[in-house]
Amino acid sequence: MSTVLKARGGPALETLDLSCSTDGLLRAGNTNCGGCGMSIGLTMVGRALEEVGETCQLAIPACCGIVAAGAFPTSAYVAPTVATTFASAAAVASGMAAIRDVNGESGQVICWAGDGGTYDIGLATLSAAAERNENIVYICYDNEIYGNTGGQRSSATPPGARTTTTPTGKQEAKKDIVGIMAAHGIPYAATLSVAHPEDFRRKMVTAFRTPGMKFLLIHSPCPTGWKSEPSDSVQLVRVAVQSGLFPLYEVFYGERYRINVEPDWTDPEAYFSRQRRFRKDQIDVETTKRVCREKFQRLKVLAEAFPA
Amino acid sequence: MALEVVTGNHAAGHALSVAGEANRTGRGTACGIYPITPQTEIVERVAAFPFSKGKVVAVESEHSAMAVTIGASVSGARAFTASSSNGLAYMVENIMVAGFYRLPIVMVSVNRTLGPPWNIWADQGDTLMLRDFPWVQLYASDNQEVHDLTLLAFRLAEDPRILLPVMVCMDAFIVSHTQGETDLAEQEQADRFLTDLDLPHRLDNANPRALGSMVWPDATVSHRVEIQEAMDLVPQVLDECRAAFEGIFGRDPGGMLDSYRTEDAETVLITSATIATTARRVVDRRRADGEKVGLVKMRMFRPFPEAALREACGPAKRVGVLDRDYAAGMGGIWWQDTRAAFHGHKDDVLLQDYLVGVGGGDVTPAVVDRILDDLAAREHAGPPHWTDLKAEKEVAV
Repeated sequence: MSTVLKARGGPALETLDLSCSTDGLLRAGNTNCGGCGMSIGLTMVGRALEEVGETCQLAIPACCGIVAAGAFPTSAYVAPTVATTFASAAAVASGMAAIRDVNGESGQVICWAGDGGTYDIGLATLSAAAERNENIVYICYDNEIYGNTGGQRSSATPPGARTTTTPTGKQEAKKDIVGIMAAHGIPYAATLSVAHPEDFRRKMVTAFRTPGMKFLLIHSPCPTGWKSEPSDSVQLVRVAVQSGLFPLYEVFYGERYRINVEPDWTDPEAYFSRQRRFRKDQIDVETTKRVCREKFQRLKVLAEAFPA
Repeated sequence: MALEVVTGNHAAGHALSVAGEANRTGRGTACGIYPITPQTEIVERVAAFPFSKGKVVAVESEHSAMAVTIGASVSGARAFTASSSNGLAYMVENIMVAGFYRLPIVMVSVNRTLGPPWNIWADQGDTLMLRDFPWVQLYASDNQEVHDLTLLAFRLAEDPRILLPVMVCMDAFIVSHTQGETDLAEQEQADRFLTDLDLPHRLDNANPRALGSMVWPDATVSHRVEIQEAMDLVPQVLDECRAAFEGIFGRDPGGMLDSYRTEDAETVLITSATIATTARRVVDRRRADGEKVGLVKMRMFRPFPEAALREACGPAKRVGVLDRDYAAGMGGIWWQDTRAAFHGHKDDVLLQDYLVGVGGGDVTPAVVDRILDDLAAREHAGPPHWTDLKAEKEVAV
C-alpha cells in the first residue's frame, strides 16, 4: 500500500488516522440519498447486532450499498466489508463463513444486496448458497429498481412502474423471491419493512440466532427511483403493508408460516399517487386490490394449515 | 518421497491438497470447486482430501467457484481452485477480482480449446486470453512439473513482496490424463516448504476496512503501479522459491524458462508445455546431424520474461515461435510478446510464428522438423503460419 495516495501528494495509508465512530453499522456522513430505506435498514441491522452482542462482516455486490461505503480509504461501514462482483455476494460470503467456521470464530457473515443482485443476476448464486444451507444472513434491500445505474427495471419492479427501461410502465408482475427462497427449505425466510421497526428488530435477531441460511427481504423506499418525497419514505412502505401490497410474514424451513401484520386493507391509492413512477393510467387500483387480497389469502391458508 | 504413477490431474490435486492442509496451523483452507472436462479429476481429489482445517464447497458454476475461493482468501485462508476452457471464460470476472484484490490464490488450469465448436483437446487459448490480468502464469510440460510448480506457486503467490494469484497450466489429456512416474510431496515436506499464510489485508473485525470500494483515478494508478512493482519482483522471488524447493525436495522445479543448446545456435525454437518436450528431442537429433539448433522452453508467460528470453535465444538469427493458440486478427500469442521483446534489441533476427497443434492436434517430431525446414528456407518472416493446415494440404496432394 506504500504508493497508494502518493500520487495525490498525500501521506502513506499507514500514517493516516482512519479512526472514527464505531457505533452501529453505518457511519454518519455516508453518501446515501435522503429518505433511502437502506440507511434505515442498516441502522436497524446494527442495533440488532448489538442486541445479540455480535460483530459482522459484510459482502456487498454492485449496488447502492457498496457506493454507500464511500471512497477509499474511508468507509461508511463499521464492519469489515468486501465488494463482490454483481452475481457473487452469496458465494463470497460462503467462503468467508467457511473460514470463520473452521477457525471456530463468532460473528455474522452478512450479504447486503439490492434487488438487481438478488432477483436477477445473483439468483443462481443465491439459490446455490441456499441449497447448501450456508450459515450466512442474506439481506436484500428491495427498492424495486436498479437504483445505482439510474433507475432501470428489475424483476422486482412492480407492474405499472415506469423506469428508464420501461418508459411506459412495466407490464410484468413482481417476482415472488420469498416464495423462491422458502422453496429451498432454508431455516428462515422473512419480509421486513422499515416502517415496522419492532418487527424488523425481532426478525433480525431471529436470523442472527438461527444457524444455516437466512433470507430477509426489506421493502426499501428509494425516493430517487420512486420519484417520491424523501419525507414520505416510511409512510409509503407503511401503506404497502397496510394495503396488503407487501405482507409481513416469516417462513421456517419452507414449511411453517407466520403472518406478522394483518393488513387493514387501507386503499393503496395513496401508495401509487405519491410516487411519480406510477402513472394513473397504468395502475388499475381495483385489480391490484383483488390480487393483493388473493395473495394474502393464500398466505393465510398456509399460515393456518402450517403454523410456525 | 512417494514415487507413484499418476495422471497430471492427480499430481495437481495432490499438490493443491497438501498445500491447503499445510495451512492447518494458520487460518486453514477453503475452495470453491466445479467440474469441467478435462480438469474434473483435480477437484474430485480435492473434495476427497480429509482436510483437518478446511472446507471444500461444491458450487453451481465456475464464477461462484472463484467467488467462494475469494471469500476464503480475503478471510486469510489458503485458497485455490481449478478450471479449464469455457469454465475459465465463465469465471473471468472473478479471476480479475482475485488479481486486483492481490489475493494469493492458486489455480490449476488445464488448457483446453475454447468453444464453439466444441473441442476438449489441448489449446492454450483459454489461459492466454487472461494475459492482461494480475496473475502469474506458469506452464508445465509433464506431471512432475505440474506437481512441483503447483507447490511452488503457493510460496510465490504468498510472498509478501508478491501477493498475486498464480495459475499453473498443463495441456489437456496429453498431461492431464496421462499417467507418469511422479514424486508426490509428503505432507511433512509441504509443511516445511509452505509457512502459514499471513495475508496483510485480510478482513479483520479489529481493524475494519472496506475492500474494493470506490477510488479516484490517482489511487487506481497507484494500485496498478504496485501490481507492476510486484510483477517486476516475480523473477527474483521465483528463483528464491525454487532454491527453497530444491532444499526440501532435492530437485529443481524449474524457473521461468530453460534455454537448451542455444549458446552457439543459429536457429532457435521458442515454445512451451508438451510441445517443448517434443521439440527438445528434435533438437537433439538435428544437433547429432551437425545442425546448430536450440530451444527455449518457456515456463512463465506472465510476467513475460523479456530480457531473459532475449538472452536465452543466444546468437541465433532465425527464431521460430510455436503457438498452440490463436488470437483472432493477430496470430500466436507467445509470438506477439516475443516480437515485442525482440523489438529494438534483436531487429536483425528472422522471427516467424507457427500456429501448431491448435485445437489439440498432435505435434509430432515430424511437425517440428517441418517447422525447422520452413524456418531454414525463409528469406523473410511472414504472417503467422498455419502449420497443421499446410500438413493437411500436403496429405491431400
